[in-house]
Amino acid sequence: MTTRLATAFLGLCALGFIAPAFAQSAENSPDSPAARESRWQELEKAIFHGRTATPSSGVVTLEAPNRAEDAALVPMTVTLKSADKVKALWLIIDDNPMPVAAHIVFGPAADPREMKFRVRVNDFTNVHAVAQLQNGALVSDAAFVKASGGCSAPMGQSEADALEGIGEIRLKLAGPAQPGVPVEAKLMLRHPNFNGMQMNQLTRLYTPARYIDKVTVRDGDTIVFDMNSGISLAANPVLSFGLVPRSLGRLTVEVSDSSNTHWRKDFDILRMTD
Amino acid sequence: MSRATAFDMTRRAFGAGLCLCCLASPARAQNFALEEVASSVFIRRGVDAEADAANLDGIANIGFIIGEKSVLVTDSGGSLADGRLLRRMIRDKTAKPISHVVLSHGHPDHFFGAGAFLQDKPVFIGHHRLPEALAARGEFYRRRLVGLLGESNVGPVVMPTKLVKEQTEIDLGGRRIVLTAHQPAHTASDLSMLDTSSGLFLPADLLFVGRIPPLDGSLSGWIGQLEAMRKRKYGPTVPGHGPARVDFGPASAALLRYLTILRDGVRAEIDSGGSIEHAMTQVAQSERAKWKLFDDYNQRNVAEAYSELEWQ
Repeated sequence: MTTRLATAFLGLCALGFIAPAFAQSAENSPDSPAARESRWQELEKAIFHGRTATPSSGVVTLEAPNRAEDAALVPMTVTLKSADKVKALWLIIDDNPMPVAAHIVFGPAADPREMKFRVRVNDFTNVHAVAQLQNGALVSDAAFVKASGGCSAPMGQSEADALEGIGEIRLKLAGPAQPGVPVEAKLMLRHPNFNGMQMNQLTRLYTPARYIDKVTVRDGDTIVFDMNSGISLAANPVLSFGLVPRSLGRLTVEVSDSSNTHWRKDFDILRMTD
Repeated sequence: MSRATAFDMTRRAFGAGLCLCCLASPARAQNFALEEVASSVFIRRGVDAEADAANLDGIANIGFIIGEKSVLVTDSGGSLADGRLLRRMIRDKTAKPISHVVLSHGHPDHFFGAGAFLQDKPVFIGHHRLPEALAARGEFYRRRLVGLLGESNVGPVVMPTKLVKEQTEIDLGGRRIVLTAHQPAHTASDLSMLDTSSGLFLPADLLFVGRIPPLDGSLSGWIGQLEAMRKRKYGPTVPGHGPARVDFGPASAALLRYLTILRDGVRAEIDSGGSIEHAMTQVAQSERAKWKLFDDYNQRNVAEAYSELEWQ
């Protein structure tokens, strides 16, 4: 199943290289802004159950490079104004095989002012950041990214190397943590995030998909955020987020992947020195 | 070239490369100039450009060493078409059998010429980790290159038939070539060669001259390997990219300078909490005027270095 799907997607990838040279100007081509917009509307319908996100005036801002230097590692930043009103966030890469890169639900210990992601981008695509506010409204921002091949791009190393140290969890704080004071954190997860689209030429088989699909960060019993993710996160995912430490500052990170493996690590953040 | 890099310009290049019929013409062969860098060692200097239909991915320095009994190909070329041109040049110089073809590492501009030598049934020599690199990436590179050059110009991915774990010697008849397998540096499958009779050093892509080096193995490893090589005081050298023959001392010093600036700059960003995207726009900018294709690779190198060093 995975393999067949992957083959189909690779076919699409290959077409992606050739089609634009001929079809850039055609209004009904798959690469015209209109076609991209209608694909987004379809996606929006599917993801938000028929509801639409309003392009926001500065509530949510997506920063992405216009041209990705490395399609397998594209940094993106989402900034949220009136962070206290934001309940959840989606990062959606429209033309990736699995468009929802991350869906994050913020908890009481979050400071959702800014989130940084590193993703794979498979083709020239629109990227959407959609925020859900406490009143249920959906607001969005979009960016167009020129990149290609980020999904089928092979790992930098062999499969065995890529799996070395899988599940290692690291956390770095931008400064000393104090109860009640927002602080920026960087979460690093050692995981190849195999997306099922990388082929081993000796065996002619695709390396089976194995990716992080859930991350929960909490401080004691208080949720910072819950994230559901997919194959669009880059290998060795790194995520930056804001949190407001509780009085004990006992941060727990729980990670699980699509092969149902779980990892967990605790951090005594009030005593962390970097 | 590191993953996907040679092909970033696919779309632009495709527009220019629609005339696939006129590739590999005699005119193209005339541009295929050889330089005798040491006695009976001939090198074709690669062009300092990205792969495209006009250059047939002939962007790396490739060539051959003629011994008393047989010929060793130092690197095969960037495509089947590029390899065929090299083979024709070898046959112009000598009728001795082509006994060995070296696959210096797992990048397409160096190994896709190998298909042109299958008929000679040579020993294809590679680093012990080359098979896994080709397994993981060969088909990806091939598809990308087909998009640029057309199916018939690209050829197959040829696997090595003899692997070098640490060091091995080849005798071409009165001419011993020593091949050394390196720890991850430019890539995870770098081989270097020393022609013991002339003293000529051939480190392939462990040495870039004038063209910005893409990082695809380990930055710390590459710096370490270069420092170790510099202690051995090599003289005349054939870099993987750049002039066909340089002096190893100054050429390696320039590369080491760039890699060190890259490492120190990225470390400083990580230590001060600078994000990867910030690092990409800031690090090593002082090197910009010193390298061809700087803007095509530096940001990628910073990203690679950042994701390597942040785990250290």
